[in-house]
Amino acid sequence: MTSPTKQLAEELSATTLLRFATAGSVDDGKSTLVGRLLHDSKSVLADQLEAVEHASRSRGQEAPDLALLTDGLRAEREQGITIDVAYRYFATARRRFILADTPGHVQYTRNMVTGASTAELTVILVDARNGVVEQTRRHAAIAALLRVPHVVLAVNKMDLVGYQEPVFAAIAEEFTAYASELGVQEITAIPISALAGDNVVDASANMDWYGGPTVLEHLETVPVSHDLTSCHARFPVQYVIRPQTAEHPDYRGYAGQIAAGTFRVGESVTVLPSGQTSKIAGIDLLGRAVDVAWTPQSVTLLLEDDIDISRGDIVVPSGDAPATTQDVEATVCHVADQPLAVGQRVLLKHTTRTVKAIVKDIPSKLTLDDLSQHPAPGRLVANDIGRVKVRTAEPLALDSYADSRRTGSFLLIDPSDGTTLAAGMAGESFATTKATPVQDDDGWDF
Amino acid sequence: MTTSVDIASGATGSPYALTHLDALESEGVHIFREVAGEFERPVILFSGGKDSIVMLHLALKAFAPAAVPFSLLHVDTGHNFPEVIEYRDRTVARHGLRLHVASVQDYIDAGKLRERPDGTRNPLQTVPLTEAIQQHRFDAVFGGGRRDEEKARAKERVFSLRDEFSQWDPRRQRPELWQLYNGRHAPGEHVRVFPLSNWTELDVWQYIAREGIELPEIYFAHEREVFARGGMWLTAGEWGGPKDDETVEKRLIRYRTVGDMSCTGAVDSDAATLDAVITEIAASRLTERGATRADDKLSEAAMEDRKREGYF
Repeated sequence: MTSPTKQLAEELSATTLLRFATAGSVDDGKSTLVGRLLHDSKSVLADQLEAVEHASRSRGQEAPDLALLTDGLRAEREQGITIDVAYRYFATARRRFILADTPGHVQYTRNMVTGASTAELTVILVDARNGVVEQTRRHAAIAALLRVPHVVLAVNKMDLVGYQEPVFAAIAEEFTAYASELGVQEITAIPISALAGDNVVDASANMDWYGGPTVLEHLETVPVSHDLTSCHARFPVQYVIRPQTAEHPDYRGYAGQIAAGTFRVGESVTVLPSGQTSKIAGIDLLGRAVDVAWTPQSVTLLLEDDIDISRGDIVVPSGDAPATTQDVEATVCHVADQPLAVGQRVLLKHTTRTVKAIVKDIPSKLTLDDLSQHPAPGRLVANDIGRVKVRTAEPLALDSYADSRRTGSFLLIDPSDGTTLAAGMAGESFATTKATPVQDDDGWDF
Repeated sequence: MTTSVDIASGATGSPYALTHLDALESEGVHIFREVAGEFERPVILFSGGKDSIVMLHLALKAFAPAAVPFSLLHVDTGHNFPEVIEYRDRTVARHGLRLHVASVQDYIDAGKLRERPDGTRNPLQTVPLTEAIQQHRFDAVFGGGRRDEEKARAKERVFSLRDEFSQWDPRRQRPELWQLYNGRHAPGEHVRVFPLSNWTELDVWQYIAREGIELPEIYFAHEREVFARGGMWLTAGEWGGPKDDETVEKRLIRYRTVGDMSCTGAVDSDAATLDAVITEIAASRLTERGATRADDKLSEAAMEDRKREGYF
């Protein structure tokens, strides 16, 4: 017979994990929404609340300032602003959540990019009184650029517009049209009041015209895995395991985390960039032999043939190998204070492989406000998003970011001090597909 | 291309959805393997507490059937629970690991550190830790810190660059994008690595239960002589408690964290099994550190300040 505690433990361990990010301008009520999600899901514990109350009182504030729950650094509390991405954790009976809490300020594009890079869902807040503003479009563009699979438009402060359906409907329609054009795959619009608690955790009694889920219900039920049968399977080799012990004299396993798709025993595989082929003889899922494994499981692959494979190689199904290239075209978000310029020598980190590279061209820079392209900026500075062409010293098996967020993404690193300069997304982006001007043979170079 | 995969679907209906524990485990293993692939001399900070025990368990899984390719480092405050030291030594022997010990007592005896008036040695760990890192030229140092523990830790990266003085500058951290961890560092610098960043206290306990991991007994309810100080139950010991006006009593308690005896408080509890502990944690209205750590109450930014100096 199962004991009640055993049952609790089983229920808890059957839950899944959703990583999501929030985006909103400074006064859209993001902290209030985050505070309410944490508070109403009982993730703020008594001593944390007590600490916030104490700190609020000592500054002469009457009500506890819930922003103090999320602003963890001395400078943030002193200045009353959020200066960096923080990660929050909360749980319901159905799911556990990792929230990338990103500052809303315009110049922190890089922070939203950081939060969105691992998110499966982004909540974009708008103030119902202001509707879709420039900042909203910027957030939608970043969500589209980073290919976040699910976007929630939270139309906040509905209490300040009399909970009127037409106000919500107009904003939802305008946003959906804009975001769909950018290629956002799924958009869910929810009318809320974070302050009053309408449709955040509990359904609102003030908006009976709304029949959809609350924010939390949606977070709990949105799918976290995709149809892997249509994905290109990719396995970057992290580390070669060779015990060379009496018990395992000939064991040679290729350890890594499956970056996309599924792998199964018996499958013919090709190792890139060398192009050698073999068959999967076995898959070890952290101590258990399995017939099939899929992303994002960390596994060890055993191959039938003793071929030369090392960290940085990518194992793919033989019939589904990406082309290897030394000429990378990508959209990058510049995340460092020092600039990135044409001619600069950098390191490119793609999956488990880091290679030397040179920036051949920066054909254009994107203005997020209206998605217009500025040709040949020469260099990119912090928070810029631009197109780059990079030549690498060794061939890379690079997918398009549109096909695989994991094997289509890379970092550009400054070899002199190790600074992460830019976050790269290989292949076309919405920005280039949208660009309409006819290019001459020299591209943007006029 | 592929035929349909025959796997029982979980609670969410998708055959490919991992449980949250599987997802966290996979991420943790990925982080260990990244470090093994990119660094020359990594070390795992091991205190015998539950977080470092889970870290070691992940490392053992990540490299099996080969041995863990790192040694362990324990920063010994000299005020340890004997059960924990016994557990530490047994674990090291069982897995054939190499253990380095950096001793606060040695530093005090040598006159390099001075005992604090309150007897708390937790903040004194920073110097032996950073000197051990330099002495052994460790370039990656695994810590069991979790972002849910404390608000300064919520700002911590998975790969966190430290300068030659082991200092953390929260305003100059590298953005961490996708699963692409940047471990570049200059000679003398090192990277602190936190494979449990995304775990919560409850995740740690559920994982321990699922994997059947053994823990030091003090994590489970037992009768112990304790006395009250600063709203917490502390264990009497040679470290300087109780004082004359503090009375010792026998209570049924357990520890939620394991650290320096002088500042790690016990909680009243009858949870004697893993299931009972999980139920207790799930219902608790106090955070782990709020319930049991005196040193975090020193100021609003106590942890941030210690971390800036090189604390883990």
